[in-house]
Amino acid sequence: MAPPSTRRPGYSRRAQYGLFLGYVIAVGGIMFAALMLVVAMIDPTGFSALKGAALDVTHPVTAGGRGAVRFVENIGGGVSNYFMAASENAELKRRIAAERRMIVEARAIDMENGRLKAMLKLTQESEAPVAIARIVGSSFDAPRRLATLSAGSASGIRNGQPVRSADGLVGRVIETGRWASRILLVSDGASNVPVKLVRDGTPAIAAGHGDGTIDLKTLELGKNPFRRGDILVTSGTGGVFPPNVPVAVVTAVNGDRTVAKPLADPAALDFAIVLNVFQPAANLPLSERTAKSLEGAGQ
Amino acid sequence: MRIAGSRRDVAIWGVRRQWVPVLSTLAASLLDTLPVVVTTPLVPDFAFLVLLSWRLLRAEMWPAYVALPLGLFNDLVAGHPLGQSMALWTIVFLACDLLDSRSGWRDYWIDWLVASLAILFYTAGGWRIARAMGSQMEFEVLLPQLLLSIFSYPLVARLVVALDRWRLSR
Repeated sequence: MAPPSTRRPGYSRRAQYGLFLGYVIAVGGIMFAALMLVVAMIDPTGFSALKGAALDVTHPVTAGGRGAVRFVENIGGGVSNYFMAASENAELKRRIAAERRMIVEARAIDMENGRLKAMLKLTQESEAPVAIARIVGSSFDAPRRLATLSAGSASGIRNGQPVRSADGLVGRVIETGRWASRILLVSDGASNVPVKLVRDGTPAIAAGHGDGTIDLKTLELGKNPFRRGDILVTSGTGGVFPPNVPVAVVTAVNGDRTVAKPLADPAALDFAIVLNVFQPAANLPLSERTAKSLEGAGQ
Repeated sequence: MRIAGSRRDVAIWGVRRQWVPVLSTLAASLLDTLPVVVTTPLVPDFAFLVLLSWRLLRAEMWPAYVALPLGLFNDLVAGHPLGQSMALWTIVFLACDLLDSRSGWRDYWIDWLVASLAILFYTAGGWRIARAMGSQMEFEVLLPQLLLSIFSYPLVARLVVALDRWRLSR
């Protein structure tokens, strides 16, 4: 194929200037875009009004079609259920028997817990949800793992609030529009959740891996404390996530690397619950007196 | 077959000739609003593939700065950091211009090679920006998506060729 010759504007001065101006605009635009990226890195909440508005505009499309997609997903699940019915039945019966025993134990522990808490006069802050909304979409071609929630600042949702479902922790809010908001899922590479092992309370950090799994990092060096099937819950450290929300289950342990799967699968979720930041004080800047005394300690 | 149409027909053809490429790219951006929830990066960025197909098919159609507003729209819809697609897409356009001015000819395989390099640059750029924004993700995670994108380029290119034929038909 011969190259198109129209790129060369010929001897016309005007056409040459036009082409040159085009390149000036393009390069200037790249520099402007790079500047916007730098601003976004320094202040991630910048341009939030613009991004929130875009979220609001595209949200009805997403919300409207979700029902249809779920219908198709359910058909797929139904077909495979039919073929697996016999083995699944046996497995479920076994599991029910095991879990009945555990429920009895759990009830006993619950009663004891209530008694002990009453003795300590421990007051738990009520975990009233901010909003309950549907997860309607996600970024499926980007390197980030984000999901869209069908409620925004009109329902009281603010940036930074944790989001959970009945199954476990989903993530936290990073962008809010008026009627929609964006969640950073726990499996995103930028998500770090302080967790603890249910079995013995070992603290760890659950860092997203970017492909739907979570890497577990222990805070202490030494033997890897995780086993396959271990469940992790939030520890409440850091003050953003409330404690004891289930987060993930360990699926593979390879030497130092521990891979876990989030318990709340955003693809299968209908509703998500947005909670208040657990300890709002933890996110505030230090008071002047504390800052001063810390400075003194540093010198 | 008619050779010349009425004045109204000519106006409609003009609009169609100009806007089909832009609107098809915007539509591909809007695929991001589909109500699909995916936790693994697998699906190619169709907006970029459509844009690249148009650019490689009709080099003379767009000046390089057209990628700026299209990129801004993609950033807003997909929830990328603002400026990501704007910068990366325009850089790809400038590189294509440079290539066009240096190379004598292109065929199907060279088009695919150029597209593959552009997709690699775009994916790596997006990954680099995500890392700068605090993501700890490793590049290996994106390899399946990269391969899928490279192999879906010919399909998207075919679609764009069909659109182009319809765009220029009368």
